[in-house]
Amino acid sequence: MLSKRIIPCLDIKEGRVVKGTNFINLRDAGSAVELAERYYHEKADELVFLDITATEEKRKTLVELVKEISKVIRIPFTVGGGISSIEDIDALLKAGADKVSLNSSIVRNPRLIEEGAKRFGSQAIVAAIDVKKIGNDYSVFIKGGKEKTELEGFLWCKQSEELGAGEILLTSMDKDGTKDGYDLEFLKKLTDQVRIPVIASGGAGTKEHFLDAFKNANVDACLAASLFHFKELEINDLKNYLKENGIQIRG
Amino acid sequence: MIALIDYGAGNTASVANALEDIGTDFKIVKSEIPICNADKIILPGVGEASFAMQKIHMLNLFSLLRLLKKPFLGICLGMQILCEKSKEGDVACLGIFDSTVEKFDNSKLNVPHMGWNKVEFVKESKLFEGIPNKTDFYFANSFYVPIINYTIASSEYGIEFSAAIEKDNFYGVQFHPEKSGEAGLKILKNFVEKC
Repeated sequence: MLSKRIIPCLDIKEGRVVKGTNFINLRDAGSAVELAERYYHEKADELVFLDITATEEKRKTLVELVKEISKVIRIPFTVGGGISSIEDIDALLKAGADKVSLNSSIVRNPRLIEEGAKRFGSQAIVAAIDVKKIGNDYSVFIKGGKEKTELEGFLWCKQSEELGAGEILLTSMDKDGTKDGYDLEFLKKLTDQVRIPVIASGGAGTKEHFLDAFKNANVDACLAASLFHFKELEINDLKNYLKENGIQIRG
Repeated sequence: MIALIDYGAGNTASVANALEDIGTDFKIVKSEIPICNADKIILPGVGEASFAMQKIHMLNLFSLLRLLKKPFLGICLGMQILCEKSKEGDVACLGIFDSTVEKFDNSKLNVPHMGWNKVEFVKESKLFEGIPNKTDFYFANSFYVPIINYTIASSEYGIEFSAAIEKDNFYGVQFHPEKSGEAGLKILKNFVEKC
């Protein structure tokens, strides 16, 4: 049986890990490579690195960082932030990343999912989708939550699947940084509708929130950042708690 | 010396990092002569089967790989293309194992099969020495090799499938030992030192 995954997420700015609330107010949480190594030894199942300052000139730095990270950890990891072409994806995968997370670029150019999946396999292409509830609808946001699009959340997730994404990393902007729990309402509906793995992101504050997302929203993986960075929750304790509650978890 | 084949369809860097961890002498190669000169061969692989086979033909490695008598390890897609054919792109593969690579049924399951799954050893193999049965390894695959006579380990995802296969000098693992922590490194070490 496939285990549910616990994924620490490292938001990177100039090689340092930072964390904010509702996409703003950044706090420093240490060196990316050192933190990655810590999580590897703490038995995280996978890691996600999002370069939140990625711009044209920073792109090369990201490739170098990926090379450094891939030298110290022996678990899979995803990299995202400003990736907008097949060449970008190729460079990051060659540097040692297992998957790339695509967000703003696939809204502008949905064919990037299709081309990426064809060239590198669906398993390498993660559609990172940021949603915010407005009235009764979920709107998709891009550019780190700064720009609202015309896309509806569920439809965009479905479309990403159809184009060949191998996974959806769903961030609820309403929940992000609140520690109020994941957006179960959206996630439950999403996992009923798609047949690719879904990673829940935004809102984790306690062990129970993870259990809820696995049990009641049937997600494949849960992502959290500051909770782990600042040791408010130890991965080992979390895993033991989930196991005791009947969730299949890697030992 | 180990020849790590870079045919443009593999995560060569990750396997190379893992081989460095275990202190193995290896070379990244893409042509016949260094493969002939190596003691053992590793064929990594991520991506799509027909694309991978096309690359193997372009590099003129098809016949050579089929005829090798040296220990050979195929990883993930590198294992799948050791079979007769793959339904991924409907392509004829290397034909070492008389089996067809099938797709997971995505009407009931999430596909790709992605994450850590238990690997159950069903036959003794040098690859598994010192590794507890039912250890978790990392997988990322939409296609699988069914259970065959040469299956040495199995995993379950809706159905039982081959997690590892072995025939004479040919070994294949569906999971990624280079991404499976300490247990994965042990598999690579066993291949390098014992197979």
